[in-house]
Amino acid sequence: MSRTLSAPVTVAFDYTRSVGPVLGRFLTGLRDATFVGARTSDGRVVVPPPEFDPVSHRPTTDFVDLPDTGTVSSWTWVSEPVAGQPFDRPFAFALVTLDGADAPILHAVDVSAPDQITTGMRVRARWAAERTGLITDVVFEPADAAGTAAGTDAEPGAAAASSADPVSGIVTPVSLDYTYAASPEESAFFRGLAQGRIVGQRCPSCQKVYVPPRPACPTDGVPTVEEVELSDTGTVTTFCIVNVPFMGQKIKPPYVSAYILLDGADIALQHLILDIPVDEVRMGLRVKAAWKPREEWGTTIENISHFAPTGDPDADYDTYKHHL
Amino acid sequence: MRDVAVVGFAQRQLQDYDGSPQCAEMLVPLFADCYEQTGWTKKDIGFWCSGSSDYLAGRSFSFVSAIDAIGVLPPVNESHVEMDAAWALYEAWLKIQTGEVDTALVFGFGKASAGVLRRTLALQLDPYTMTPLWPDTVSIAALQARLGLDAGLWDEAAMAEVVNRSLTDAEKNEFAVRSGGSSVEELLKRPMFADPLRKHDAAPVTDGAAAIVLAAGDRAREVRDRPAWITGLSHFTDGLHLGTRDLTRSASAGRAGAAAGASAGGLTDVEVAELHAPFSHQELILRAELGLGTDARINPSGGALGGNPMFTGGGIRIGEAARRIWDGSADKTLGHATSGPALQQNLVCVMSSEGASN
Repeated sequence: MSRTLSAPVTVAFDYTRSVGPVLGRFLTGLRDATFVGARTSDGRVVVPPPEFDPVSHRPTTDFVDLPDTGTVSSWTWVSEPVAGQPFDRPFAFALVTLDGADAPILHAVDVSAPDQITTGMRVRARWAAERTGLITDVVFEPADAAGTAAGTDAEPGAAAASSADPVSGIVTPVSLDYTYAASPEESAFFRGLAQGRIVGQRCPSCQKVYVPPRPACPTDGVPTVEEVELSDTGTVTTFCIVNVPFMGQKIKPPYVSAYILLDGADIALQHLILDIPVDEVRMGLRVKAAWKPREEWGTTIENISHFAPTGDPDADYDTYKHHL
Repeated sequence: MRDVAVVGFAQRQLQDYDGSPQCAEMLVPLFADCYEQTGWTKKDIGFWCSGSSDYLAGRSFSFVSAIDAIGVLPPVNESHVEMDAAWALYEAWLKIQTGEVDTALVFGFGKASAGVLRRTLALQLDPYTMTPLWPDTVSIAALQARLGLDAGLWDEAAMAEVVNRSLTDAEKNEFAVRSGGSSVEELLKRPMFADPLRKHDAAPVTDGAAAIVLAAGDRAREVRDRPAWITGLSHFTDGLHLGTRDLTRSASAGRAGAAAGASAGGLTDVEVAELHAPFSHQELILRAELGLGTDARINPSGGALGGNPMFTGGGIRIGEAARRIWDGSADKTLGHATSGPALQQNLVCVMSSEGASN
């Protein structure tokens, strides 16, 4: 058994961005199968155009349409592509200096082996059939492959899309995969739950019992080492009534999310309070864990479906006032 | 200016650390090590500053959880930068310069193995024209390496020499996750990974953490016989777009070195330089930009090629350079940190056995 529990986690979201007049012009160009660069105050033609001139710091206004042919200024072989890259098989990333430009653009070149690309090689754009105004609307291919490649070749500056509105925003999807590893202390907590136990740990300095246990006592900065088994009965110290629906919600609102101070613990645990009308939940309410059937248990807090009233008299305020 | 010195340093570098991304359990022993070196407790620390990134851990606000390792009763004066700990050190140095505090503990941590590091770092790029292509850090460094090779500024043998020297030196570093030199000839026989880079040209994916203690004037002298006085500290950045800067150079590193050296009497007499070069050719660029003397000892720790914990790899360079002052093996050293793609952002910290007002 490994020292800690781990599980895959994917963090995914879409960045939605407005692009402004300069990048908007560049991205509109991509949608129309044209590279739009800009002339900077030092006389260079740069693509993608910088929003502000690197020397004068003035907004960029002098745009230049560039051909979709160019020369490889530098390249590398991507032998093990990662998710999201333009190809899911080995390919080349390159700095491509478009004809008429003085600075290269970073992009992918569709070649099948490193011996098919060299510095100084001529390349041309291969435009996607469906273009939306993103840098991924295009890749490069060897110039001599034109007409023989399987991809769609659009005419640069194709008139079809030029009447559409300029590109004013983009969505950049981000999705990252992680292996999340719980700390040794968190792992002990989750392994306890798989056995129907709630395990906390005591700080050797202040003697407080933390549940879930943490790698260090936030008060004293020392590891919480002594394992303490806690009751699955406790007291509601504070709560809120959830009235707002949101994505991924498992229970229909209204319902109660509460802090529950388990008997023997010094830090409250957050969980649901069910089996009681929401307007009757109160500070001091005594509650007990409602466990799911044993065959459904895993290394998760979801083994406890919710907490429900015990029917006992409310706890005295003095018994939990130091734990709010 | 107040005289401020590096007086404490502790580190852990691991290849696959199995604890939590918040790293609190790794930081607790590092802080204990710093207290032992200084004879202080947390009450003696005037300011805390950390460097980390939630993208690395895949967990929001991981720097807040890491504060558990300090033990914050009573509450502490604390800050955080989404940068390498070397930039947290800059903030702490500035805080001490304000006169508000006399001491600071700087730390950085990162669990790079939680995700696919070379992919995660694509999020540092321009989100409009670069990130959607997910250009990985190794590919970007390889484009930079080839530009220098094609221009005749360096060759593959020079890159292999950097690797061989670094991995040989790393054998003496108990924290290195990769070590063991061989020969330039043998290294050049190994296969390409991201042509023209071989795997040994790139720093290994490393989990780890480090902590550095700063102190002003007499507070520094109470800890060390030879505090590593910071006589120059500066950082600069280049533009984000790879196409608009000369990738065979690092103008920002040059400017940071000139600025840090200007207040330290130049860099030609630096005896030991710890350069944060996650790729072998980047050490060659940095050596040229900083204008170090030919007899400067580069990366006796083995450098980033022996271990490069994200968000503290640069801070470790400063700590390693400071140790050379403490142990009397050098009178003037330099720690360098980089961040961003292809040496985009650079920080130089020059240290001396003599403070300005000594």
